[in-house]
Amino acid sequence: MPSEEVTDERSNSGASAVRYEGATKRYGDSSVAAVDALTLEIPAGEICVLVGPSGCGKTTAMRMVNRTVEMSEGDILIGGESVRDRDAARLRREIGYVIQQIGLFPHRTIAQNIAAVPQLLGWKKERTEARTAELIELIGLDPELGGRYPAQLSGGQQQRVGVARALAADPLVMLMDEPFGAIDPINRERLQNEFLRLQAEIGKTVLFVTHDIDEAIKMGDRIAVMREGGKVAQYATPAEILMDPADEFVEDFVGADRALKRLALMRVADIDLWKAPLAYVGQPTAEVRAKLASPDVEVPYPLLVDSERRPLGWLSERDLRADVVPSRPDSPLGPLLDRDDVMRDALADLLQGEAQYAAVADHQGRIAGVLSVEIISEFLGSPEAKTEEHGAVERPHG
Amino acid sequence: MSLALIQAPVSASFGGAFEFIFTPQTSNVTGGKTVGGLSQVVELTLTQLEVTVLALALALVVALPAGLYFGHRGTGELVAIGLGNAGRAVPELALIALMAAVIGVGLLNLTVALAILGIPPILTNTFVGIREVDRASVDAARGIGMTEFEIVHKVEAPMALPSIFTGIRTATINIVATATIAPLAGVATLGEFILGENVYGANGVLAGAIMVALLALVLEFSLAGLQRLLTSKGLRLSAV
Amino acid sequence: MASGVLFAAAGEVGKGFIHERTSETLPCQAKPSHLFCWDWARQNIDRFGTPALQQFELVAISVAVGFAVAFALALLAHRRRWLRPPLLAGTGVLYAIPSIAFFLLLLPITGRGRETAIIALSAYTLQIIYRNVTVGLSNVPASAKDAARGMGMTERQILWRVELPLATPEIVGGLRIATVSTVAIATLAVFAHAGGLGTQIFTEANLHFPTSILIAGGIAMLMALSFDAILLTVQRFATPWRRVRAS
Repeated sequence: MPSEEVTDERSNSGASAVRYEGATKRYGDSSVAAVDALTLEIPAGEICVLVGPSGCGKTTAMRMVNRTVEMSEGDILIGGESVRDRDAARLRREIGYVIQQIGLFPHRTIAQNIAAVPQLLGWKKERTEARTAELIELIGLDPELGGRYPAQLSGGQQQRVGVARALAADPLVMLMDEPFGAIDPINRERLQNEFLRLQAEIGKTVLFVTHDIDEAIKMGDRIAVMREGGKVAQYATPAEILMDPADEFVEDFVGADRALKRLALMRVADIDLWKAPLAYVGQPTAEVRAKLASPDVEVPYPLLVDSERRPLGWLSERDLRADVVPSRPDSPLGPLLDRDDVMRDALADLLQGEAQYAAVADHQGRIAGVLSVEIISEFLGSPEAKTEEHGAVERPHG
Repeated sequence: MSLALIQAPVSASFGGAFEFIFTPQTSNVTGGKTVGGLSQVVELTLTQLEVTVLALALALVVALPAGLYFGHRGTGELVAIGLGNAGRAVPELALIALMAAVIGVGLLNLTVALAILGIPPILTNTFVGIREVDRASVDAARGIGMTEFEIVHKVEAPMALPSIFTGIRTATINIVATATIAPLAGVATLGEFILGENVYGANGVLAGAIMVALLALVLEFSLAGLQRLLTSKGLRLSAV
Repeated sequence: MASGVLFAAAGEVGKGFIHERTSETLPCQAKPSHLFCWDWARQNIDRFGTPALQQFELVAISVAVGFAVAFALALLAHRRRWLRPPLLAGTGVLYAIPSIAFFLLLLPITGRGRETAIIALSAYTLQIIYRNVTVGLSNVPASAKDAARGMGMTERQILWRVELPLATPEIVGGLRIATVSTVAIATLAVFAHAGGLGTQIFTEANLHFPTSILIAGGIAMLMALSFDAILLTVQRFATPWRRVRAS
């Protein structure tokens, strides 16, 4: 199908790397720089989050890319080309721009808002209309809303339109300045997830500004933690920042709960699980007891599984006193985890179920191992965990 | 000093005034001259309309670009606002009389004098309207690559339209009202009836007043209609 | 004293025009093309006293009446929202009718004189004052009203103790615009035979005599600016919290 071809082409060629080369911003003749000799390379197709306390220059740093703030010294290259050599308006038409205040044009309909950049670029009417319709669908908006005005939409819907407007002309780079900052927490999470799903599809180079470290960890392929005076304190993947903060500033900024935050970056599958002695219905209990007695057993309770190795529950001492394994176990299964569960959620399930062990199932529902509070605490404390790197796994797999 | 005038018997009536508008009649003051009637009323009304439109056009040409420019740049606030305030304090009668006395009479001079009355409200309201446009929309417009001209043309001006129209409507009211005394500057508008009681009689004065009021209201309603037509529905929705 | 200031200013403007005629001793009236005749002004300043006072009275009474009516209408509309569009439209129509026409349209009803002028002038102020009071009241933060209600104020107490004080800047702002405009327009009261400074502009003797026009117009503008300054001062004293914020 032709439309699919277009989409493919877009995601392959639609992003450029962004490179800051000593980019500096001074306001007036102030000797203190708002952004001080920033050097940063953002690979094509990745989300780079600029995070830091207010006044650290992160927004200024972002705005120098589309020259809504003109840099005083240094340069920024998009796909190897200096932004300084470009006509500012033309440059901006190739860069998506999303801001916290959304800034939709209240006098234009949703469709007209989305079509703003294609119109500036002089696209033909049919092409603009087709693209607008495509984007309304892409952001999951009811096509009927295209004829409405911004005032008729909720804040969350408005920001979806804001994102669609930024994407309309298929920009090489997206700039997002606290895009979800003014949205209520529930809708913010939804919009974050939607954007990550979208990003998995379109693969833009995104500069994302936020003051919220949790949002940074969630959204970023890379995070640049900035400190006052527009300096980068650390530029690394979320996992690295959490496990190995470069200095006290980053450590403070990331927060005392960074161990817990690391769990948000991992899935159950990323960790070595324990094996429980398995017991099948109707199996002689003597065999089960023999397994329990073996020295390398990690879980001291046998797990009852059906013939497909799907977990049913835990066997107790009383169950084992019978000759054969019963079909109904004495203790219920408790929490059942999936290999794709995020570790933070898995821990929450364990704690909430007041269970010491939780069975982990694979995609077919078969037993894959057992997770325990002990494994998690051991993992967080182990030195190899600090070097191990896992992607920001909370995003859905594209 | 003019006690006699204040106590002068009022001989005008609305019936008489309407008769004056529709039927030509012999002036009872200056013997034998035919006055009033639809053709003369229409002619004077059209002249007043013409003067008003000319002056408004001149005021727009000067004040609108200036208001847009300074509003967009965010400079000249003192001048733009101060001019609006000072403009209100200028007595129209004194302005027209002075122009006529010092510079001279005629359509051109009158147009310039009336335009001066129209400039302050248009300039001030345009300036304020542009300044009050949501900064986020302007930021977004710049961010998606609009040129400064496009920002004014496609975002700021349409969003400031209600305010701009308030200025245009105030200017129009000022101009059309003051055009009534245009005969002082040698241009025969409906004020001819009003200022020429000794020719047109008391009914003529009242007829002139009726026509001036009608003309002003027609202009006001036309502009209100035009404003409604030009203002995006989205703006009305977000104003609620 | 105020007139002295005005004269000085007007004299400055007129200098260039007067220059060529300084040698002549004839009274200026004979040469209407003069922009400003210093001698005539000095001799005839008395004749502006009564018209200025008349103008002042016209403005003060008209604005007071207009304010009372507009304020009452605005309070009414504050309680009954459905009244707002018709009231705004109604006051808008009155505003759109040129004042001269308004004066004369009242002739068959109220005749000529001060009452006629006052009716027309106060009708003219309605829209500005009404609109500003309404805007001022609706701009009061909902949180302030909510807090007032929460601490047990009645609707009346909320209006007088919270809403109106907070709306004062807008209300006085409307009053200022209305007063300044009315001073200028009251010059036209001469057409209603209600006196005022217009008499010194629009009479056969003065019509083409710039000096008289300039003095009358100057007094009117000075009067407008004085009213404005007084109201601004009143507003500043009535809203001390805004001064604090500004500094």
